[in-house]
Amino acid sequence: MDPWVSIIVATFIGAIFSIIHAVASVSFRANQVVSGVAINMLALGIGVYLTKQWYGKGQTDMVSEPFFRTDIPILADIPIIGPIFFQGIYVTSYIAIIFAFIAWYVLYRTPFGLRLRAVGEHPMAADTNGINVYRMRYIAVILSGALGGLGGSVFALTIVSNFSHSTIVGQGFMALAAVIFGKWHPLGAMGAALFFGLAQSLSVVSGGIPVLQDVPQVFLLIAPYVLTILALAGFIGRAEAPRANGEPYIKGSR
Amino acid sequence: MTQNNRLFGILVPVISVLLGLLAGAIIMLVSGYSPIEGYAALWNGAFGDAFTIGETIRRITPLILTGLAVAFAFRSGLFNIGAEGQVIVGWLAAVWVGLAVDAPMILHLPLVLIVAMLAGALWGFVPGLLKAKLGVHEVIVTIMMNYIALFITNEIIRNVLTEQETTTEAIPATASLASEWLQTLTFFSRMHYGILVALFAAIIMWFIVQRTTIGYELKAVGFNQHASRYAGMNVSKNIILSMVISGAFAGLAGAMEGVGTYGTISVMSGFTNLGFDGIAVALLGSNNALGVVLAAILFGVLKEGAGQMPTSAGVPTELVDIIIALIIFFVASSYIIRWFLLRFKKEGK
Repeated sequence: MDPWVSIIVATFIGAIFSIIHAVASVSFRANQVVSGVAINMLALGIGVYLTKQWYGKGQTDMVSEPFFRTDIPILADIPIIGPIFFQGIYVTSYIAIIFAFIAWYVLYRTPFGLRLRAVGEHPMAADTNGINVYRMRYIAVILSGALGGLGGSVFALTIVSNFSHSTIVGQGFMALAAVIFGKWHPLGAMGAALFFGLAQSLSVVSGGIPVLQDVPQVFLLIAPYVLTILALAGFIGRAEAPRANGEPYIKGSR
Repeated sequence: MTQNNRLFGILVPVISVLLGLLAGAIIMLVSGYSPIEGYAALWNGAFGDAFTIGETIRRITPLILTGLAVAFAFRSGLFNIGAEGQVIVGWLAAVWVGLAVDAPMILHLPLVLIVAMLAGALWGFVPGLLKAKLGVHEVIVTIMMNYIALFITNEIIRNVLTEQETTTEAIPATASLASEWLQTLTFFSRMHYGILVALFAAIIMWFIVQRTTIGYELKAVGFNQHASRYAGMNVSKNIILSMVISGAFAGLAGAMEGVGTYGTISVMSGFTNLGFDGIAVALLGSNNALGVVLAAILFGVLKEGAGQMPTSAGVPTELVDIIIALIIFFVASSYIIRWFLLRFKKEGK
């Protein structure tokens, strides 16, 4: 099957699955961290359970048509820049980058984005201005679930080509780190994600880079995590989360 | 009202567990298994004979400790996702001291446990310090510390404790919690004295939280940092202390595996999940010591019993993960359960 169909379906499923989280944390006023932990366990449980049901074993078969590395037409022919950025890449990487810009535009340049941020900063003020807080929060969670589903499918169709209990291990947590690292800004989060990717790939490619050849592998493996801690502690400064982040909105309460 | 709250405090977890099991039964029905066979297999897998009971207790032991770890941090308003990493370094430290030191049991075993606690405490100290002094979110730092623990531990096993092997030698008997008596009693299960350590730790947690000034301050910081500061408490100190104690509990959980169950440590391809399961245990146990012990027993039973489900009833073990997730989910959404209960009560009058 066409991998494009797969990622569209995955996006859709991610959106639907996130409704559970929205119902719990918006309507049922659950602590969203708790609900999130439960959703993580539930997703892994259902994922592996269905895998065993459908394939009779712990992992799915290999995907026959994943995304392959390709060259971008025309752009790949530009000297210097072409080989670095546009040859032998996964198209999905560019989709991810484009989505970061779309997210920035929607959040900071449209009325919808303003409302979305308003219900995160001060839901009561947003409510008095006629914004339906619950509806906005549902939309936000569902969009987030859709992007999460897209992320999972891209990972499965580019890097691993199948699904098992150990396919998705902590990528979502790293994304959480990227958001805080990126100071709660879509482009900042993208920068942080690029940094994580670079740092993680160092341990893979170090053998071919003269400076890194003699560095013990373990230092390269822990580098992304140590650098993130140092960056958060030192260079980035305190990142302010949206003020009402994680708090259920109860109409009429102060 | 307080009586009502206490009633809800008990009813909500109980109803959540029942709903979770019910949902599990429905899932089994829908996917074409017999729920009765499935749950019978689960029961036999957990309590079928002396051996499985021993194994169930073995599984409960570290869950109690990681549950206490997460619950303790929660009490001061901190979310310790890092219990996982703290378990790993505690495990490593316990085995390391077990192998490196030569001493009579009366000194060796306590030393092993204390060093494991110190290792876990150190792993909790870093996020605590960064949170207290620089305001860095503890969730992010603890997640990062988990990965750092995993990679460093694997490196030390390969290059320091062994010569490029994947498993260390077994620790000597002087450092071991294993007990021949408990093993023969349970048809040679891996049950060990750690369960006593875990229960003792639960009592310690209860004592610290309910009966000491430290516990009072930790709870106060959890409720309201600004009010605590205004009342003259040192908020930074309390945040660090909370993470350190939490880490010590988790480190001890690692020691249970290291010198209790396995007696060795092996290179890990991924996380042990003991720390992550501790989050679930703490949530179901509503962050108090007795609740954590009960929740750990429930999850330990479910997880151990799950091992029997594929062979006896054909049900994938992951069904239990789904049930546990749903239980947590129902506890988290307790607002709706309370709402139903209150409505039910009003109509009954």
